[in-house]
Amino acid sequence: MASSPSPKGRFGPFGGQFVPETLMAALEQLERAYRAARRDPAFRRTLTACLADYVGRPTPLYFAERLTRRLGGAKVYLKREDLAHTGAHKINNTVGQALLARRMGKPRVIAETGAGQHGVATATVAAWLGLRCDVYMGAEDVARQSLNVVRMRLLGARVIPVTSGSRTLKDACNEAIRDWVTNVRTTHYILGSVVGPHPYPTMVRDFQSVIGREARRQILRQHGRLPAALVACVGGGSNAIGLFHPFLRDRQVALHGVEAAGHGVGRGKRTPRHGPLASGRGAHAATLVAGSIGILHGARSYLLQDQEGQVTEAHSIAAGLDYPGVGPEHAYLKATGRARYTAVTDAQALEGFRLLAETEGILPALEPSHAVYALSRLAPMLPASSAVVLGLSGRGDKDVAIVAKHLGLLDGR
Amino acid sequence: MAVERLAAAFRRARGARRAALIAYLTAGYPSLAATAALVRELARAGVDIIELGLPFSDPLADGPTIQAASAQALKRGVTLERILRTVAEIRKTTDVPLVAMGYANPLYRRGLPAFCRQAVAAGFDGVIVPDLPPEEAGELIRAARPVKLATIFLAAPTSPPARLRRIAAASRGFVYVVSLTGVTGARRQLPREVVTQVRALRRLTRQPIAVGFGVSTPAQVRWLSGVADGVIVGSALVDAIRKRALPTSIGRWVRPFVEATRR
Repeated sequence: MASSPSPKGRFGPFGGQFVPETLMAALEQLERAYRAARRDPAFRRTLTACLADYVGRPTPLYFAERLTRRLGGAKVYLKREDLAHTGAHKINNTVGQALLARRMGKPRVIAETGAGQHGVATATVAAWLGLRCDVYMGAEDVARQSLNVVRMRLLGARVIPVTSGSRTLKDACNEAIRDWVTNVRTTHYILGSVVGPHPYPTMVRDFQSVIGREARRQILRQHGRLPAALVACVGGGSNAIGLFHPFLRDRQVALHGVEAAGHGVGRGKRTPRHGPLASGRGAHAATLVAGSIGILHGARSYLLQDQEGQVTEAHSIAAGLDYPGVGPEHAYLKATGRARYTAVTDAQALEGFRLLAETEGILPALEPSHAVYALSRLAPMLPASSAVVLGLSGRGDKDVAIVAKHLGLLDGR
Repeated sequence: MAVERLAAAFRRARGARRAALIAYLTAGYPSLAATAALVRELARAGVDIIELGLPFSDPLADGPTIQAASAQALKRGVTLERILRTVAEIRKTTDVPLVAMGYANPLYRRGLPAFCRQAVAAGFDGVIVPDLPPEEAGELIRAARPVKLATIFLAAPTSPPARLRRIAAASRGFVYVVSLTGVTGARRQLPREVVTQVRALRRLTRQPIAVGFGVSTPAQVRWLSGVADGVIVGSALVDAIRKRALPTSIGRWVRPFVEATRR
């Protein structure tokens, strides 16, 4: 009888290693290297020092007084990942993985990127450690996030536009995996979210958990007790898991993941009869809210697919949420009921963007703007004595042109 | 029946002092009618086994040629249901072994037991799932064994001996040795190390061993026929189909490859 050892890297029924055989040895090597590194005090010291001196951690937990007053209800605290080096939480993970790549003796790193934040964070650490760096980016995202494309090129990375499929994050991910299959002996793939095959969802979550560890310490110090709720946006889900994870055992803290409803979830409900190409562009990216269980990019989780199991195209105004999959641990948190997931439309996210800009003088990225909107609905329902922490995962400079276009700020008004 | 039909094909080839030639087609490219005609034509030209690729939206083990063929097939509305119906038609007129090569998600979507049953009923003899390593394949194996659908696993250049053992143990029909680290697609040169990997597998299993990925010339087929029990030609054939309209001309195209399998 065939040997089928127990599968690794599961969150309940989710996760796994659904990848071509060529990558299995690399995943085993990565898992070994990561396990050894996290037990190695020298590695931990280096990582902590880099996060402090290079990334600028801890990031502040900021009491948003005017926003709180505007919403009327729970005190709103912002976990300011937008203030981390490169302007988003992505750097927490890339610093860790780049140090691992160096430890494994791999001179080249690759990455996929949607909004470009992970690409910039990867290009940054590659420059910092002297690693060669290629970033795959959907051709559509190259066009809508040109500022980040320039940043990556200035940092010495090659940006490779991906023209297959929907020309967004999903296809960039496919292409990065194909590159890795080809160059696996010399290349480490710095995956940017808590998706992909084991050990990525666990490893990326661990690197991002610094967000929640700091936030937990900070809220206890500043507010005197745990918050009533955490709110964070979910595309692949790395900033949300990073914030949520250190609070998982604090059952009194509600966890709210906010997905992108794009043009509206109802519109995407009708399952297309044939493949993704026949169905045209998707309507939303609310994978947990409106998707179903399947296998994509190496893991079993929720995804957007048609009746035939063909992956359908996602849509969100936020390039970083425009992905038809989601991390397997989020699927598990949904299944167990520990976290709740809702979805916010493009238009609502723009409201969230303006709300934070006008009340606090902070331009959020469009991704956490989804969370800002959800928070604006949640906070008024909670007592003024309670607190809510919002994961402000990145800054909005990269999105200014898109927001201006949508709000009509470019035609002289 | 199914596993046995594959075994018989390898026996016949060996008896004729040849390696088996295995041809890959993307099902539904350029159309399902063309696929049926191509299978018959290839079998008539002497191809021993035919792999039919089940199109998937995200074929991450495939290079540009098969990606494009899959996308084209999906765009034209090819579904698993229609492929199974086409295979049932093909089965009425040819006995050539047929192997389905498809990614995990569409198969899980259907349900693995249902897929395996329906595949065998239609006339498939084996299945290859490139994103399902043996560790994740317990469910597939449990579904395939009772209906005698051969489960063919891939061995990569990066697979260490312990993995080769696991791959050989899970495989039925043959073991698929991937010649290079990379995705599918024609290559001018193939790495010499594939010989080492085939020999390592030989020591672990008595099942036939076939080499694929990158094979694009009769010269490469001749070389590999001295090493392995079967040689797989995929992207080069799909490319030829793209360039030529008539199935009969594909028969002519493949004949030098068949000739090259003689030892």
